[in-house]
Amino acid sequence: MARIVTLEEGIAELVSDGDTVALEGFTHLIPHAAGHEIIRQRRRGLTLIRLTPDVIYDQLIGAGCAARLVFSWGGNPGVGSLHRLREAVEHGWPEPLELEEHSHAGMAAAYAAGAADLPFGVLRGYAGTDLPAHTMVRWIECPFTGERLAAVRALRPDVGIVHAQRADREGNVQLWGISGVQKEAVLASARSLVTVEEIVDELEPVPGAVILPGWALTAVAAAPGGAHPSYVHGYYERDNGFYVRWDAISRDREAFGEWIREHVLEAAR
Amino acid sequence: MSHTSEEMMAVAAARRLHDGDVCFVGIGLPSKAANLARATHAPRCVLIYESGTIGAKPLNLPLSIGDGELAETADAVVGVPEIFAYWLQAGRIDVGFLGAAQTDRHGNLNSTVIGDYDHPRVRLPGGGGAPEIAASCKQTLVILKQSPRTFVERLDFRTSVGFGDGPGSRERLGLRGRGITAVITDLGELEPDPETLELTLARVHPGVGVEQAVAATGWPLAVRDDLEESARPTGRELKALRALRTADERERAG
Repeated sequence: MARIVTLEEGIAELVSDGDTVALEGFTHLIPHAAGHEIIRQRRRGLTLIRLTPDVIYDQLIGAGCAARLVFSWGGNPGVGSLHRLREAVEHGWPEPLELEEHSHAGMAAAYAAGAADLPFGVLRGYAGTDLPAHTMVRWIECPFTGERLAAVRALRPDVGIVHAQRADREGNVQLWGISGVQKEAVLASARSLVTVEEIVDELEPVPGAVILPGWALTAVAAAPGGAHPSYVHGYYERDNGFYVRWDAISRDREAFGEWIREHVLEAAR
Repeated sequence: MSHTSEEMMAVAAARRLHDGDVCFVGIGLPSKAANLARATHAPRCVLIYESGTIGAKPLNLPLSIGDGELAETADAVVGVPEIFAYWLQAGRIDVGFLGAAQTDRHGNLNSTVIGDYDHPRVRLPGGGGAPEIAASCKQTLVILKQSPRTFVERLDFRTSVGFGDGPGSRERLGLRGRGITAVITDLGELEPDPETLELTLARVHPGVGVEQAVAATGWPLAVRDDLEESARPTGRELKALRALRTADERERAG
C-alpha cells in the first residue's frame, strides 16, 4: 500500500546516491517538483532514465546529480538544444556524463519488458543504424519463424517517479491525457513515487484514465503545480514561455547556477 | 502572391500527402507541412504523433509532440509502447514525415551528432521515433534545407536508414517499408533513382537553377532527364500556411 508522504520525505527515503532513477513524462505531466527535490537533497552519481530528457533533466545534469543518462531524444521541445546536457557531454562539466542511447521504440519495449518482469524486450528496430554501438541491443532469432529481431535489455530502475492529476487517501492514482510511458516506468521500478496535483476523498471516473492502484506503488506525495513548466491536463497549461527562457538561462554556467540557487536550492518547498 | 523558399518547401512537402493517408508526424517542419495538407487538399489525413495521439486535429500548430491540444482533438490517445508496437511496427502507417540534420545520397539520416560520437562538435537531440519510423512506415518523406553541410558524402552518424548502402540493403536488414520516397528541400525535390536508389534531383522550385542545387549537395548530384519545376504555391496554399500558428503566436497576434 502506498504511503502518503511529503515530497521531501519521499525523495529522502526512496532516492539514494548512485541509484538508477526514471522521472518519466512525455511533454505532459513531467515531474519537475520531484526533480527539484533531488537537486535540493544533492543526490550524486545517479543514472537517469527517460525517453525524452528535457528541461528538468538539463537541470539535474547541470546541478551535478547525474553520472549516466539512458535516453532516446534529448532536447528542449520546440526550442532547441539542452545546453547543460550538451556541456556535460561535450566538455564533461560539471561531471562527465556517460550516455546509453536508444530509439523511442527501443526504450518503450525495454520499459514494457521491465514492467512484465521479463529480461528483455523485442522489436523490429535499430537494424542498419549506428545506435547499437551505443546501447544495449543484441540480435536474436525468432524461434518460430527465424526472423532476426532486436532485443533490448529490460529497464529496471531502482526508483520510478511520475506526476499525475490526483490520488485518493489510499494512494490510488488517476492520470489522464497523454500518458506516455508512465505506467510501464512505475511498474518496471523497484520503488515508485507518484507526485499529484491533489489528494482527494474520492476519485471520480474520467474516460480513458490510467489507474495506478495504491498497492502497486511505494509512496504518493502531494505536489500542486509539480509539473510546471510542463502541463497537467485539466489543471494547467504548458508554460511555453519558460521553455523559451530556459534556452538563455541554460547557455551560461553562471546564469544557470544563479537560477538553480534562486529557484531550487533556496526556494521554499 | 510572392513566397519565401521556406514556404515553398512546406507547400511542396504538404502536396506529397494524399487525402486519407495515415501519417506519423515529426515535430517542426514535418508537422507544419502535414497540418497544411489537412487544411488544404487532404482534410481526412490522419495525423499520428509519437506521444500516442491518433487522429489529432489541432487548430493551432503544436509546439511539441505532446501538446494538450493533440490529446483533446485526437480520436484516441494511447501509451508510447502501444503507438510504436501496435501502430507503427505493425505496418499500419502510410507515410512517415521526418526532419534530420544530415542526409547522404541514399537517404540515410543523421539526427544524433555532428563530429565524433564521443567528442561531438554538436550534440543533437538524438533519434527519438525516427529510426523505426524510417524502418516501418510504408513510405517516408524527409524535409531538410539543402546545403553542403546537410547533404553530405558521409554521415557523421547513421540514426535512421533510408536505402542503406544501396539496392538490397533494406531487404537484407529486414526493413519492411519502402524507404525514403522524397526529400523536399528549399531548392527542390529529390527522389531515389529506381535503379541505384540514389537521391536524384527530380524537381527544382521556381527561380532555382540546377547548378544551385548541385552546389548545395555534398555528393555529385544526379539530375533526372525529365527534371520538372515545382508549381508555385497557390494563393490558397499560402493563405492556409500563413494561418498556421502555434497557440502562443496566435495569442501574441491578438
